[in-house]
Amino acid sequence: MRRFRAGRAATHLVLGTGVVISFFPFYWMVVMATNTTADIYRYPPKLTPGSHLLDNIHRLLDSIDFFGSMFNTVIVACTTTVLVLFIDSLAAFTFAKYRFPGRNFLFAALLALYMLPTQLAILPQFIIASDLGLAGTLRALLIPPIANAFGIFWMRQYITSAVPDELIDAAKVDGAGFLRQYWQIAIPAIRPGLAFLGIYVFVAAWNDYIWPLIVLVNPDRITLQLALAQLNTAHGTDFSMVMAGTLLAIVPLVVIFAFFARNFIADATKGAVRE
Amino acid sequence: MRRTGIVSYWRQYLAISPFFLVFVGFNLIPVFFTLYLAFQRWDGLGDMQFAGLDQFKFLIHDPTFWLSVRNTIIIWVLGTFPMLFVALIIAVMLNAGVRFTPFYRIAYFLPNVTSLVAVALFFFAIFSSSNGLVNAVLHLLHLPQVQWLQNPFAIKVVIALLMSWQWTGYNAIIYLAGLQTIPSQLYEAAQLDGAGPVRMFRHITVPLLRPIILFTLIVSTVTGLQSFTEPQVLFGSTASVNPNSGGPGQAGLTMMLYFYHQAFDNNDYGYGAAIVWALFLLILLFVVINWRLVARSERRGTR
Repeated sequence: MRRFRAGRAATHLVLGTGVVISFFPFYWMVVMATNTTADIYRYPPKLTPGSHLLDNIHRLLDSIDFFGSMFNTVIVACTTTVLVLFIDSLAAFTFAKYRFPGRNFLFAALLALYMLPTQLAILPQFIIASDLGLAGTLRALLIPPIANAFGIFWMRQYITSAVPDELIDAAKVDGAGFLRQYWQIAIPAIRPGLAFLGIYVFVAAWNDYIWPLIVLVNPDRITLQLALAQLNTAHGTDFSMVMAGTLLAIVPLVVIFAFFARNFIADATKGAVRE
Repeated sequence: MRRTGIVSYWRQYLAISPFFLVFVGFNLIPVFFTLYLAFQRWDGLGDMQFAGLDQFKFLIHDPTFWLSVRNTIIIWVLGTFPMLFVALIIAVMLNAGVRFTPFYRIAYFLPNVTSLVAVALFFFAIFSSSNGLVNAVLHLLHLPQVQWLQNPFAIKVVIALLMSWQWTGYNAIIYLAGLQTIPSQLYEAAQLDGAGPVRMFRHITVPLLRPIILFTLIVSTVTGLQSFTEPQVLFGSTASVNPNSGGPGQAGLTMMLYFYHQAFDNNDYGYGAAIVWALFLLILLFVVINWRLVARSERRGTR
C-alpha cells in the first residue's frame, strides 16, 4: 500500500511539472507585460507582476494600430466560422444522409485533399487571389478555410450517429423537403458538434499567419498576428511592450477555450482514435 | 431516364457545391499549377518562359537549398521524437486513474490553441539576450551561458523546444483517448503473471496503441516538416535586406521559409514552386518510412 501511494505521488509530481511548464509562459508573459524591460533583463530578474501594464500598453498603441488589427481579426474569424459551419454542415449532412450518383467518388476526393499538404497550393492561391483583385483585402482570408476537408469528414461522422435515419424518414413522410430536413431536424440535433467545429475554425482563423502574411500586401489592412510579428521586427528590444501586445492578443482565445474546453477536447480526440 | 435521375438530385449537388468549387478552384488546380510553374521561369509580371528541368537542376546544385533540407530534418527530429515519447509517458500516467484528469487535460491542451506567433515572440523574449530568463537560470545554476539565437545548433534546439511546448499536450491527450480503449483485464492478467510496469508498457501499451502512434507520427511529420512561422517570427526579416534569413548562419532556414523567400521576396515563382514540390516529396518519403517502420514492428510483434 505504501509503495502504491509513493507511486501515485511520483505520478502527480511528474504531471504537476508538466502543468507548470504548460502554464509558465502565460505567467511569464504577465510578468514581462507588467514590468519595465529593464526590471526583467537584469540579474536577478523581477519574478512577480508589476505595475507598468498601462505604460506598456500606451507604448504599444503608439507604435501600431493594435485594436484596428484586432478588429480585423475578429471580423475575419467570425465570418469564417459562420461560413464554414454552414457550408460544412450542409455538405456533411448531404454525404451522411443522402445517396446520389458520384457520392463515394466525391467523398474519396475530399479525403485525398485532407492528406495533401496545404502549402503545395499556396503560391497559385496567391496568384489567383491577385487576379480576382482580392490581394490586400480581408475577403481573401475567407476563401481557403472553406475547403476544410477535416470539417466535413468530422461532421459527417458526427451527423451519422447524432441524427437517426428514422427522424429523417419521419420528416420525409410529413412532406419536409431537403432544406427543411437540414434546418429543422439536423441542425438542432448537431448543436454540440457545431460548437466544436466552430471553436476549431475560429481558433485556426484567429491564429493563421502564413496566408495573411502572403496575401495582405496592403500594410493598412493587417491581422493581429501580422501586427504582432511586425511589432517584434520594429521594436524587438522593448520586450515589455511586445509582451503586452502578445498578452492582449491571446487573452480572448484563452478565455473562449477555457469556457468550452471540456467538450472541445473530448471531441478533438474522437477523430484520431476512430481512424 | 438516367439523366432525369441525376437531375433530380440537384439539391444535393447544390448543397455540396460551395465546398467543391473552392476545393477545385483553390486547391486542386493550384496543386497542378504549382507543378506546372516548377517548369517555368516567371516573376509574376512578365511573360512565362518554359525552363524545362532547369529549376530542378539549379535546386540540386543550390547549397542553400540543401542547407534548408538539413535544417528542416534536424529541427523535425529534435522536435518530434522526444516530444512524442514524453507525450506517451504523460498519457500513461493520466490513464493510471489519477484524480483531476479534466484539469490536467485542459492544462495540457492550452498550449496547442495558443497562437504560434505569440509563442515564438515569447521564446524570442526568454532566449534572446544574455540577460534573458533562460540565461539567468543558467547563471543561477552556475552553468555557462549560451547565445541561444546565435549558435547554429542552439537555434534548432530553441525551435524544437517551441514545437514541443505546443504539441506535447495535444499528443498526450490523443494517446490518452487511445489508452482508454485498452481493456484493463489485459493489465490485470499481466500483473498476475508477474509483469512489471515497464514490461506491460512495452508488451501491451505500445503494441495496442500502434495505430494511434502512427497517426500522431504522421501528423507530426506533415506539420513539422512544414515549419515556417517559428523561424520567420524569431528571425523576422526579408531575404532582400538580410542575407542571414533564418537567423545567423541561416541555421533556422527551413524549406518552407526558403520557399517563401524565393517566391515572395525574390518573385522567383518557378524556383519557389520547385522548392515546394521538393518539400512535398520529402514529406511523402518520411510518411512512407514511418508507415513501413510501424508496419514492420507490427509484424515482428505478432511473431
